[in-house]
Amino acid sequence: MLNLINGPQTTGNGRGFWLAFLAVLAVALAYPAFADSYDVGNFSYFLIWIFMALGLSLIWGYGGMLSFGQTFFFGIAGYSYGVLAIIMGGGSTTILALVLSVLIAALAAVVLGYFMIWGRISGMFFGIVTLAATLSLAFFLGQTAGPEWQIGGARLNGFNGMKGMDPLAVGDFYIEGTPFYYVMVALILVVYLALRMLVNSSVGNVIVAIREDPQRAEMLGYDVRKYQLVTFAVGSGLAGLSGALYTSWGQFITPSSIGLPAAAMPIVWVAFSGRSDLTATLVGSFLLLFGFQTITIYSQQAALVLMGALLLATVMVMPQGFIFGIAQAVSGRLRRAPAPSEPDAVRLQADGS
Amino acid sequence: MTMALIDIKGVSKRFGGLAAVSEVDLSVTEGEIHCLIGPNGAGKSTLFKLIVGVYEPSAGSIRFGEADITRERPYARVQRGMSIKMQAPSVFKELPVRQNIHVALQRHRSGPELAQEQERLLALLDLAADADKPAGALAHGQQQWLEIGMALALHPKLLLLDEPTAGMSPEETYRTGELIKSLNRDGMTVIVVEHDMTFIRQIAQRVTVLHLGRVFADGALDQIVSDPRVAEIYLGKTHHG
Repeated sequence: MLNLINGPQTTGNGRGFWLAFLAVLAVALAYPAFADSYDVGNFSYFLIWIFMALGLSLIWGYGGMLSFGQTFFFGIAGYSYGVLAIIMGGGSTTILALVLSVLIAALAAVVLGYFMIWGRISGMFFGIVTLAATLSLAFFLGQTAGPEWQIGGARLNGFNGMKGMDPLAVGDFYIEGTPFYYVMVALILVVYLALRMLVNSSVGNVIVAIREDPQRAEMLGYDVRKYQLVTFAVGSGLAGLSGALYTSWGQFITPSSIGLPAAAMPIVWVAFSGRSDLTATLVGSFLLLFGFQTITIYSQQAALVLMGALLLATVMVMPQGFIFGIAQAVSGRLRRAPAPSEPDAVRLQADGS
Repeated sequence: MTMALIDIKGVSKRFGGLAAVSEVDLSVTEGEIHCLIGPNGAGKSTLFKLIVGVYEPSAGSIRFGEADITRERPYARVQRGMSIKMQAPSVFKELPVRQNIHVALQRHRSGPELAQEQERLLALLDLAADADKPAGALAHGQQQWLEIGMALALHPKLLLLDEPTAGMSPEETYRTGELIKSLNRDGMTVIVVEHDMTFIRQIAQRVTVLHLGRVFADGALDQIVSDPRVAEIYLGKTHHG
């Protein structure tokens, strides 16, 4: 099972990569000891979005389905967490609220995905339908300001957004600040490694084969629709995880975190980073979020313009993604060095994963 | 007694006003190498796509062994033991050659057995040296071979090959013919669409001639090539002589 962490669908399979990975993990774990609590909180905020980016990498980069729906599922889970945390009474039940809200998002993805995939919607139209769903949800939630829009006492509150839910908690202990940061690091570690194992497994082989040529994949005896639906549900569920964590982190959520500018962001992160690689997505998305936040302090407009410029530059200069391109160049240089040390990913695959 | 592995009865396919295939009856016995020939536009590839389920017939029925598969989806037919190489090479272009074979093999095999079979197929197809290249970087003829290899990896009962030697050199074509014959000796039923008469003479046991979407003639190879009506519509004097 563990040997699936390395394989043909992921870059960074050698010892050097994993040593660097452990070093980064060690720095991440030590970080709160050196930083003030405000910075740790900010860092946690960047990390929240990583799940959504990894999910999109799975759906789009590996599965070949351009989904504009990541914030749709982010919103569904974010609002679900808010409603559930309020009506179940907060405290330890918030953990259950988190799990349930992610499941609700995944279930919504199964329903939407079923109609799209069984309806043979693919390519650009997949993007259009998911975008339409996203904009509809944002628009709908913006109309829920009246007191009649409440679920068991939890007001949706229109454009001003929901508030008043508890953050994640165990008993009386609220998971905020540094503990929340450690939960983020642990969750990213688990999700990242689990996704690597998924894409390098036999299921992952089929997912990328479908991206390359769905008809050929079906002619090898695979029910392409089921694989696409599972890919879409898992990737969208991860967007849901971001949404529920976001609501818990700030104890509020508004429709603007679903609408068009928000929906375009994951596309930019993942395209810039390298959509067909989980590690490039992880690193690139974090760097972009960090850069975006830093520039936003001075000018939000400038940050948005920069995002647009980066997307254009990616499309024109390095369509497979900047971080991915840089990683390929570096590993190519290492491979040309006299002592070859990196095991060949494809040969690992042949060893029977 | 040998039985029909594939039994097509009264199958038609219309695209708007065009009847690509009309009331075709075709029965292929288990263990046979059956060639489909006919001029361009005769409906050969359409008939193949009807057999594997890319198209649903407008009328008629298709049986595979005991099962009626007329409305079944392609993947289910493949799972029953059918395998196809399409006319245009369709391999997973950005994936390495080895992974192309792997994804075809993994439904039946795993672990060391899979790795062993993968290497055997790569050697059989003469692709071992190019195994780590993206499939899209292979020459046209090699892509054809790779696709044949992917079709073989499924260990089908019925192998459908649509113009398997297009773009191949005479030597490659000959080797493909010998490969098909050796697979057939091991019990595989093969249906081949081809234009190359030398190749057909090399492999065919039975031949069906399609013309304007209908079965024009059907019989043993010698009988078909000596039929003057067939020569008139398709073979031409140069082939016939």
